[in-house]
Amino acid sequence: MSAPVVSANANTAAPTDHSKIASRQHSVGGLGLTPVQTRSERFASYDVNDFEAVVPNHAEWKYTPLAKVAPLTGDALDGSTYEYSAATEGGASVAWTGRDDARIGRAGKPEDRASANAWSSFEQALVVTLEGDEASATVSRSAIGADARAAHLLIHATANSRGLVVLENAGDAMLAENVEIIVDDNADLSVVVLHEWADDAVYLASHFANVGRGARLKHVTVTLSGDVVRVNPTAHLGAERGEVELYGLYFADAGQHIEHQVFVHHDGPHTKSTVTYKGALQGDGAHTVWIGDVLIGREGNGTESYEQNRNLLLSDGARADSVPNLEIETGDILGAGHASASGRFDDEQLFYLQARGIPEDEARRLVVRGFLGEVIQKIGVPSIEERLDAAVEAELAVSA
Amino acid sequence: MSELIIRDLHVSVETEQGDKQILKGVDLTIASGQTHAIMGPNGSGKSTLAYTLAGHPKYKVESGTITLDGEDVLEMSVDERARAGLFLAMQYPVEIPGVTVSNFLRTAKTAIDGEAPAIRSWIKDVRASMDNLRMDRTFAERNVNEGFSGGEKKRHEILQMELLKPRFAVLDETDSGLDVDALKVVSEGVNRAKETTDLGILLITHYTRILRYIKPDFVHVFVDGRVAEQGGPELADRLENEGYDRYLSGSNVG
Repeated sequence: MSAPVVSANANTAAPTDHSKIASRQHSVGGLGLTPVQTRSERFASYDVNDFEAVVPNHAEWKYTPLAKVAPLTGDALDGSTYEYSAATEGGASVAWTGRDDARIGRAGKPEDRASANAWSSFEQALVVTLEGDEASATVSRSAIGADARAAHLLIHATANSRGLVVLENAGDAMLAENVEIIVDDNADLSVVVLHEWADDAVYLASHFANVGRGARLKHVTVTLSGDVVRVNPTAHLGAERGEVELYGLYFADAGQHIEHQVFVHHDGPHTKSTVTYKGALQGDGAHTVWIGDVLIGREGNGTESYEQNRNLLLSDGARADSVPNLEIETGDILGAGHASASGRFDDEQLFYLQARGIPEDEARRLVVRGFLGEVIQKIGVPSIEERLDAAVEAELAVSA
Repeated sequence: MSELIIRDLHVSVETEQGDKQILKGVDLTIASGQTHAIMGPNGSGKSTLAYTLAGHPKYKVESGTITLDGEDVLEMSVDERARAGLFLAMQYPVEIPGVTVSNFLRTAKTAIDGEAPAIRSWIKDVRASMDNLRMDRTFAERNVNEGFSGGEKKRHEILQMELLKPRFAVLDETDSGLDVDALKVVSEGVNRAKETTDLGILLITHYTRILRYIKPDFVHVFVDGRVAEQGGPELADRLENEGYDRYLSGSNVG
């Protein structure tokens, strides 16, 4: 299972000498060899110094424009608190908390250098706590600023709670952030993250969800703007009957890089996951990346899992990378499937709509809106659905 | 009273082996209120004629003309043709994920009429047509053609025809894949549209079965890209008994 193969590192002109750097990452075997490993065994550490410098052939960085994210993967970051606004209803609260809060680290452990850098650098974490039946919180951030920063956000849905957290991001950013999502037993939580950053913003985030017994998490990430936006959600289903739905929606314009590395770990019996990411790309140099890992571990009896990624390329010069991976370590599962399709606009759809009198540009909009609308329809919060419909509409009007 | 006139139409289609000549000089005149059945063996060019009328980009008109009341149809884009009053009920309707039937119908109606329909009467019209076609109300909230059965797709095509009220409709093998009940329902829809709007119909079919429910005024037999024979409804009866063999005695028999 873990037969060593020569890693990409060993083939570079100037191979990294692991004996001379104080990095613990990629040092398995001691010879610059990285074994084929199960996804859950990827190196993780809270300390940025345990990670080696980021180079293009690291699996977790190979698609990312490294020069643009360099301020976040190098030196320590400004981890001070930032301005935000919050609106809460029911049993929801939003507050800063210190690094010694016992909940920090319950869901996450960084797996890449930017994430570890953010973890090492943040001074206080912003915590959203949900209790009771109808808790909801909207946290808005638009004054992060263009200086390199770190942040830590923790969302805690307490046992048996039902709630919704909306995180709105806008304005300038050069930000690395960890988002921990703790869904305690029998809680039902929806998290919707909207990225409407300034056009030159750079944002790298790792989301870590820990889903308890009988608990449910719906996680939606929507990216419409920003220069480089990379959101890597991980969901750990370690207790019986935990469920996650992970949705992503993105629209990449010329020169924009939008990336998602999704990991679902079925590590308890009778857990269920659905992953659907859909993106549209238009313009020269528009680039999207989706890597979807699903691991059904030895404890994952009765797992039901399906992941898919679909990309619609609306013009030449755009590129969508899509890599689904599925690992299964138990024979006793209900179902596991994955699908990935990236294609150009379907001319037959266009013909069909035009043959009903609908002009070409409107037909095109209808198809794209419909394509992305499938994810919007899943959100289940009418006010956000309407807002996203309008945002997609605006995006299409700009591109047309 | 409108007239759709096809004169000496030559059409080729792009294939991997280069352009292939399909229609080799088609002449046809259809007036409002008339039903013309186009019959013929597979590969004779029936569907090519349908797609060419609608303006599918895959089909290249080499020569000849198509006019609608004197207007040059070949100069029009696909959507312009539809707005001019041409409708193609497709043999293989396309799925449009995430676009509901109700949204699609309203968008199309608005495009055809040049203004949005009055909401109340529109909803009433849609419901009446759906009821007539024995379509469940929930149908309107499903995505266009997604997960539709063969019969549902064809009903949906006829529903659009009833609501968009074209001057001429081309029905491309609308009968294929329908059971008898569905065939009756769909045929009733076509007959209704003809009565209420004086629709001219070009009914393309391989089989005579549908002609029991939709009575043609004229029957044209298509063979190898041309009209090989034409006549009244009695020609269909003859085809029912004899098939297409007598037209295929030449080199065309595969």
